[in-house]
Amino acid sequence: MFETFSYLFLQQYWWIIVSLLGAILVFLMFVQGGQTLIYTLGKTEDERTVLVNLLGRKWEFTFTTLVTFGGAFFASFPLFYSTSFGGAYWVWMLILIAFVVQAVAYEYRSKPNNFLGQRTFEIMLFVNGLLGTVLIGTAVATFFTGSAFSVDKMNLTLLTGDKMPIISEWKGLAYGLEAALNPLNLSLGLTVFFLSRVLAILYFMNRVRNIEIIERAKKQLIYNAIPFVVFFLTFAIWLMLSSGFAVNPETKEIFVEPFKYFHNLIQMPVVAVLFVIGVLMVLIGIIRPITCFEKCNTKGIWLSGIGTVLTVFSLFLFAGFNNTAYYPSTFDLQSSLTIENSSSSQYTLTAMSYVSLLVPFVIAYIWFAWRAMDSKKIDIEEMKSESHIY
Amino acid sequence: MEHIDFSLVDWSRAQFALTAMYHWLFVPLTLGLSFIVAFMETKYVRTGNPEWKRITKFWMTLFGINFAIGVATGIILEFEFGTNWSNYSWFVGDIFGAPLAIEGIMAFFMESTFIAIMFFGWNKVGKKFHLASTWLVAIGSNLSALWILVANAWMQNPVGMKFNPDTARNEMVNFWEVLFSPVAIDKFTHTILSGYVLASIFVIGISAWFLLKNREHVFAKKSIRLATIFGLISAVLIAITGDNSAKMVAKHQPMKFAAIENLYHGEANAPLTAIGMLQQSNEPAKHDFVFKIQIPGMLSFLAFNNTDAFVPGIYDLLNGNPEHNILSYKERCEKGKIAITSLGEYKTAKKSGNDSLAKAALIRFEENYPHFGYGYYADRDLTELVPNVPVNFYSFRIMVGLGFYFILFFAIILFFALKDKLQNKRFLLYTALWTIPLAYIAAELGWVVAEVGRQPWLIQDILPTIASVSQVTPASVQITFWLFFVIFTGLLIAEIKIMLTQIRKGPENAAEVTQNSQIN
Repeated sequence: MFETFSYLFLQQYWWIIVSLLGAILVFLMFVQGGQTLIYTLGKTEDERTVLVNLLGRKWEFTFTTLVTFGGAFFASFPLFYSTSFGGAYWVWMLILIAFVVQAVAYEYRSKPNNFLGQRTFEIMLFVNGLLGTVLIGTAVATFFTGSAFSVDKMNLTLLTGDKMPIISEWKGLAYGLEAALNPLNLSLGLTVFFLSRVLAILYFMNRVRNIEIIERAKKQLIYNAIPFVVFFLTFAIWLMLSSGFAVNPETKEIFVEPFKYFHNLIQMPVVAVLFVIGVLMVLIGIIRPITCFEKCNTKGIWLSGIGTVLTVFSLFLFAGFNNTAYYPSTFDLQSSLTIENSSSSQYTLTAMSYVSLLVPFVIAYIWFAWRAMDSKKIDIEEMKSESHIY
Repeated sequence: MEHIDFSLVDWSRAQFALTAMYHWLFVPLTLGLSFIVAFMETKYVRTGNPEWKRITKFWMTLFGINFAIGVATGIILEFEFGTNWSNYSWFVGDIFGAPLAIEGIMAFFMESTFIAIMFFGWNKVGKKFHLASTWLVAIGSNLSALWILVANAWMQNPVGMKFNPDTARNEMVNFWEVLFSPVAIDKFTHTILSGYVLASIFVIGISAWFLLKNREHVFAKKSIRLATIFGLISAVLIAITGDNSAKMVAKHQPMKFAAIENLYHGEANAPLTAIGMLQQSNEPAKHDFVFKIQIPGMLSFLAFNNTDAFVPGIYDLLNGNPEHNILSYKERCEKGKIAITSLGEYKTAKKSGNDSLAKAALIRFEENYPHFGYGYYADRDLTELVPNVPVNFYSFRIMVGLGFYFILFFAIILFFALKDKLQNKRFLLYTALWTIPLAYIAAELGWVVAEVGRQPWLIQDILPTIASVSQVTPASVQITFWLFFVIFTGLLIAEIKIMLTQIRKGPENAAEVTQNSQIN
């Protein structure tokens, strides 16, 4: 079936899959946001245990999505993997370290004789929540703002000279950390950070049976929604007004085009509609629980969550589709990565496309398992009777 | 190549080795214990005996503690291919990336979805649904091992691909050849079986401790019996797959094979060194035996099923052996250099539109491509192409020796377990307890042989470490190395302390479980 599709179609199909994984990852980072709120929303040990356990039953989905996002990106666009990971070394290393400490923090936090103490594991959760969201947001922003690197595959053949035999060379001074100095990158990083906190609050509202926590959550929802909207608008308005990195479809030459991302919005109306619907869903999901006081406050996570997926998904499509270089180089424009010049071979994309048919099945069993486990809200009493708690 | 910063290559290798070895401290137990727990829960569901539920839940708790840190160390490995081996990621990403992606889609989600039910679902889902989840966790864990081991096997024996000169990388041409390569099948079976053996020894050793402390007799005996049967079958199968693995190494990685055997001058009817001790020789890159016990003809037989078969030694490979059609490394380096420069000439000719020149360069390139990686060593000391002999020699022997010991160990434990006389055999119980660290040593040494033995190749004969590494400062890699070292070590201590506390605590109160199972 996939053999009959063109190479370009397969490249676009895999960009869509990677974008979807990235979008789902940002939604699932409500776990990270929640980790930064444990002490804000939980004032007693019991309350904090409820919050940690609510997040603890979902952290692996986020983690697995991150790993799969990485694997899928590697398999479908290996030049991005080699250029960005090997170049923006410190950004990715810090992200990794943040996720390493998360993986154990849940399981070890409340176990007796855990060497580092409960507080240390809670700090690890906080660090993961802060660094994980801000740095991933910052890294994704460079899809629009660019990074300084050069790519020359033929460097492999140089047996003498300084460059040999490095294909992708990073020119940024701080191996990627320089991206965090760009206010626009940082504004997307902080957008993701506050969004993840907003989503976490909505998730808690949906899952906790505890009046005190819910009351605090409502207050925090406003405090976090405001900076989220401010940072998001800063980034979105800049994006619409800024120049972008376009590809000439004939010559494959990369050039700077004024209002490129605004043009992408206009020229891809379906994506534009997805983007607008996504943003509206996120906002409605936030506003409804703030403005009403009765039962309507529990579904916000679904509305804002799906909204997040749609918004991030469309942002990825703005970055890579419509003849756009998704990983631009500010050092050497022609080194910029496009979905065509950085992808795997047609054969590999075809083989993996068959595997991608499993995705709906995976989503179905996750949905099924999630529902089976979340049929009841969680309260302090349940924590006391549960045999395996975090 | 004098301007390549070797401390960068070394630190990058050290970092990868550190993460891989830490990761492998936890993964084998996950692989085996997931199945052991699944067997135990099956017993519970079939018999309805709440004692089996207690047993299941106890081992499940230890599984969870170990699983978390395995996940933590695993994520780094995936991303390190990009962060530290960036050239590699492009050069073979077209083949190597796919198993990683498939691993995520197929295995990790299965593991992480059903592990939540396994831990938290006891009172939320039905017995059979819970059991199915436990099995799916086991299958998911082992499936994830499949894909990463396929990727590793491919590095040791690259098949199913073709170099594309236009994109300057290897591209997959046959997915099934990659997945079902005999090296991949052996690597997968041998490795997961090592996990089963380790987990069985772990369960037997801990249960033996309970018997030594005169606690939890029923729990300990049931656990031992189940783990011993699983362990014995796995230990026998691991010997068979180990034999196959060695044959594969002899066929595809003769230098690794010679290093493992400390064999410098190849011979027909080559003897197998059962035990030996090495010392540095005066000759370059050579080690002599201080003493050795050898079995005549056995090496030729084990490697090629024929006692008369010629097994090449390190010098045959290094200096060549025309009688057996073995090119010297010097010749291979020359050919590799031709391949590399021809690729450059092909690109230049193509750019300038000179098709005939491009065609000629391409032909030269393709003829010499099997030696591509050697080209990077054309002006270097060729002994760099010889892996560390003592590390391979000793690691291999300790691993194999322990492997045979484990078979004997399982057989003896099973004998006394079936006669129900284990609790009186204190020496045997202590032995069982102290066999746990031996299982970890054997598992780690297996990887030492596999990975140190193939140096300096990331991709056998095609891409060496010096041409794969990312261009970051050595200082950056040093810092991340020590960061990981501190974090992993801290977490390992935490893991061991938590695990020991949970073991001392023992399985949960019998009355509680009975009550819970009535609710179920």
